[in-house]
Amino acid sequence: MANEELEALQKEAIEEVLSVYPAKAAKNRAKHLGVDTPEGVKGACDKTRSNKQTVPGVMSQRGCAYAGSKGVVWGPIKDMIHISHGPVGCGQYSRAGRRNYYIGTTGVDTFVTMNFTTDFSENDIVFGGDIKLKKALGEIDELFPLNNGISIQSECPIGLIGDDIQAVAKVHKKESDKPTIAVSCEGFRGVSQSLGHHIANDMIRDEIMPDASHRQNFESTDFDVAIIGDYNIGGDAWASRVLLEEMGLRVIAQWSGDATYKEMAIAPKAKLNLLHCYRSMNYISRHMEQEFGIPWMEYNFFGPSKTTESLRKIAEFFGKEVQEKAEAVISKYTKMTDEVIAKYRPKLEGKKVMLYVGGLRPRHVIGAYEDLGMEVIGTGYEFGHGDDYKRTKEDLGRATLIYDDVNEYELEKFVQKLKPDLVASGVKEKYVFQKMGLPFRQMHSWDYSGPYHGYDAFAIFAKDMDLAMNSPVWSHTKAPWDKQEVGA
Amino acid sequence: MQDVNNIVNGQKLFLKEDYQVSLAAKKEFEGSMGSVNPSKVEEVAQWTKSWDYREKNLSREAITVNPAKACQPLGAIMAALGFENTMPYVHGSHGCVAYFRSYFTRHFKEPTPCVSDSMSESAAVFGGLANMKDGLRNCNAMYKPEHIAVSTTCMAEVIGDDLGAFIIGAKDEAEGELDNIEITNAHTPSFVGSHITGYDNMMKGMLEQLSIGKDARVIDEGRINIIPGFEPYLGSLAEVKEIAATFSDKIVMLGDHEEQWNTGAGGYSLYAGGTPLEVAKTAINAETTISLQKYSTIQTAKTIKNKWKQGFEICNPIGLAGTDEFVMKLAELTGKEVPESLKTQRAQLVDAMQDSYPYMHGKKFAIYGDPDFLLGLVSFIVEMGGIPTHVLCHNAPRKGWTADMQAIIDKSDWAGDCQIWAGKDLWHLRSLMFTEPVDFLIGNVYGKELYRDTKIPLIRIGFPIFDRHHLHRYSMSGYKGALNLLTWITNSVLDELDEETKDIAKTDYFFDCVR
Repeated sequence: MANEELEALQKEAIEEVLSVYPAKAAKNRAKHLGVDTPEGVKGACDKTRSNKQTVPGVMSQRGCAYAGSKGVVWGPIKDMIHISHGPVGCGQYSRAGRRNYYIGTTGVDTFVTMNFTTDFSENDIVFGGDIKLKKALGEIDELFPLNNGISIQSECPIGLIGDDIQAVAKVHKKESDKPTIAVSCEGFRGVSQSLGHHIANDMIRDEIMPDASHRQNFESTDFDVAIIGDYNIGGDAWASRVLLEEMGLRVIAQWSGDATYKEMAIAPKAKLNLLHCYRSMNYISRHMEQEFGIPWMEYNFFGPSKTTESLRKIAEFFGKEVQEKAEAVISKYTKMTDEVIAKYRPKLEGKKVMLYVGGLRPRHVIGAYEDLGMEVIGTGYEFGHGDDYKRTKEDLGRATLIYDDVNEYELEKFVQKLKPDLVASGVKEKYVFQKMGLPFRQMHSWDYSGPYHGYDAFAIFAKDMDLAMNSPVWSHTKAPWDKQEVGA
Repeated sequence: MQDVNNIVNGQKLFLKEDYQVSLAAKKEFEGSMGSVNPSKVEEVAQWTKSWDYREKNLSREAITVNPAKACQPLGAIMAALGFENTMPYVHGSHGCVAYFRSYFTRHFKEPTPCVSDSMSESAAVFGGLANMKDGLRNCNAMYKPEHIAVSTTCMAEVIGDDLGAFIIGAKDEAEGELDNIEITNAHTPSFVGSHITGYDNMMKGMLEQLSIGKDARVIDEGRINIIPGFEPYLGSLAEVKEIAATFSDKIVMLGDHEEQWNTGAGGYSLYAGGTPLEVAKTAINAETTISLQKYSTIQTAKTIKNKWKQGFEICNPIGLAGTDEFVMKLAELTGKEVPESLKTQRAQLVDAMQDSYPYMHGKKFAIYGDPDFLLGLVSFIVEMGGIPTHVLCHNAPRKGWTADMQAIIDKSDWAGDCQIWAGKDLWHLRSLMFTEPVDFLIGNVYGKELYRDTKIPLIRIGFPIFDRHHLHRYSMSGYKGALNLLTWITNSVLDELDEETKDIAKTDYFFDCVR
């Protein structure tokens, strides 16, 4: 399909979707939807409205501030215990679902997949939960003595009933001599996960950054870097650090996938902060730049083209010696990824993809699909901001439908209209599209596969896309007695 | 590095030498005890298995660790999705709804429709009326439900939003758009009870508010309602309906979510199946309502018994005795003989139990889950001669449940060896399993960490189950459902026997081909 034709279809899809809403909602949603092209001037990537209140009454895929703080930023720090402070649900629904891999003895020295909660009852709402919280902190230290700190992740009621969790944390920190960090990430704050990331970053800034105890005897080298904004989903950060190490760098911290408190605290010793998920950790990267003078650099480890580009950019920062090693790394792995491409590209060439995810992926994964000859024709962010959409522009390969905070109704209509060959989004959307006979990959959890970061991971990504697109199961939807095509 | 002819995912990739070297080197920067002093981890790990630790653990009062329950609105959504063309609507933050939908979707491998009105800071200050006004109209325009079932999150409850008044207000300002749609509501605060409480509150709210009312009531002779409760096994719903249909075509299910989470390939529709709203409206006309989950319908029962003055019965058709009681109750209420088909099914089940009993007899089980699920499962274990050593119910109701459970356990020859743990969590259970070990654990997906730690095999029966496929499609109710339970448990015992005897030239004389 020619770009003009595709663009016209995309614009038509937006018109059709908006026609169903009541006037007020239509006016609102119109600002979140648009089309942009690589050549376009002032297209949707510049204009899309984002990070605003979700229209009430729709099936938004967005999460909340608690999800952004406990689920994304703090939860993966493995040697700390993160309390879901409030009623029982939040911690239960978010337990062990994100695949932030870590190594440790769960329940003894690491705690990521567990669920600690103060399990509020009506009494705690009426009389306040501070006393219970204080007691909970004491019980945790008795039963889990090897914890290296506790974070208190507030659920909705905390900020509404007037509890002073900061004061409770302060007392416990003094008594236990362990980091005790109260995070006011109540789910009703802000419009999505995004404010939760910001609040979580701010508490790292206020509570961990000033702790110099681990930095005092730390012996730095000129090649120290920190990986920031990699949550080690399916082992992503591990697949990234091997490449950085092989080119002569020393990865002193992983934030926050498979992180320990110590790695969080020594990060200011890095010579360069490498930022993968810009959305969730740009705040603390900027802080470390201001406070400690550490520069930060965004990179993209999805697909060999972007990985190679990123490795060269990182190596350039460190000079000739690292650059030479980086080239060796690149040529070593490129041989393998070329073979991967030769194997899978013929089976995937020209296939069209629609994405809807969060964080960095709506733009970062486009290159990986392109390495396989696939085209992204629609993308959007659950909780992106204007700077995310602006950054998306350079990754566009062709006319692309841009949708911010798209809800289930809109995404379904867009997919029916644009007829992509693959939809890549989250678990809530997965089965809707599979029922239409469309291959689908979860791009939050890597659909229980992965890792997807780095060269080795690209081989897995390619294999997964091939199995999704070329499985015989999709051909069974049409029964032998059906005369017409079924589904979308 | 990957080999293009044998691409492996992380499970095997990270075992390759380059990764093992990298992961070992990472420890230099780590502060966790496993990296600093592994022997200390071993020491503490051993201590967590001790009686000393158990006593400290059991005396916990403030922190809950690894709960086995969820919160009210989750149950409210299941109740709502049991009715035709109904959209569950949660008055509160959309983050909660994202969690509820993911939770059900991971269990059923199906989409879960549910909207929220996305309350945030401004609603926290001014109340959620504005959200409700826009939300109901948008929901109606986009998803065209016949019925919207409104429940609440803890945020809306803490700020004290008045659902009834808000809905009237929203209707008044909707320019007629909401005039032809049913909107029911229930307060479902997350800080009271658990998901089964939310099921109960929403079911009660829907039945009361949809009802034609006492004045319009006309007794429909022979009509019986069945309320299934919070039932994660779709096959159980199908089987209960099948059993009921053998007695009468006037037995209807109130809240039948079977089809909603069991739709076929070939196209997606938002709503599927469910109890027709007409049936819900005339529920009051029935002679009797049977609840299949006593503790998921405590409040609903009050409406039926006290307000509707209708016959109300409780059955729990899990296991042999529970199914017998259900079948006899239907025979009594319909005045019919037990049909031949059910007599045959019962005989086949008992035959199968008599075939397999040696493998369950005297085996010790730890089991946890929802209160009514446990009453059924423990009853079945006792019927098979198994020993329910630890019965743990995190969301055990304060009144009645422990006594009900004790009465079941008292039928066992080993009653004195069994303990009931009401209100305890899965970290408590870990201590119990280390200090007083069992042969098998029965529970949901969260039991897998207990399996990893204690090596006691987990038999997955319960909710949620995210890591095994399609179990929810089976029945655990009725005679055929009991046969499924028997199959799952017996074969798990046999699998374990194979595991224990597979060592070549050491134990494999017992690795039998016939069992």
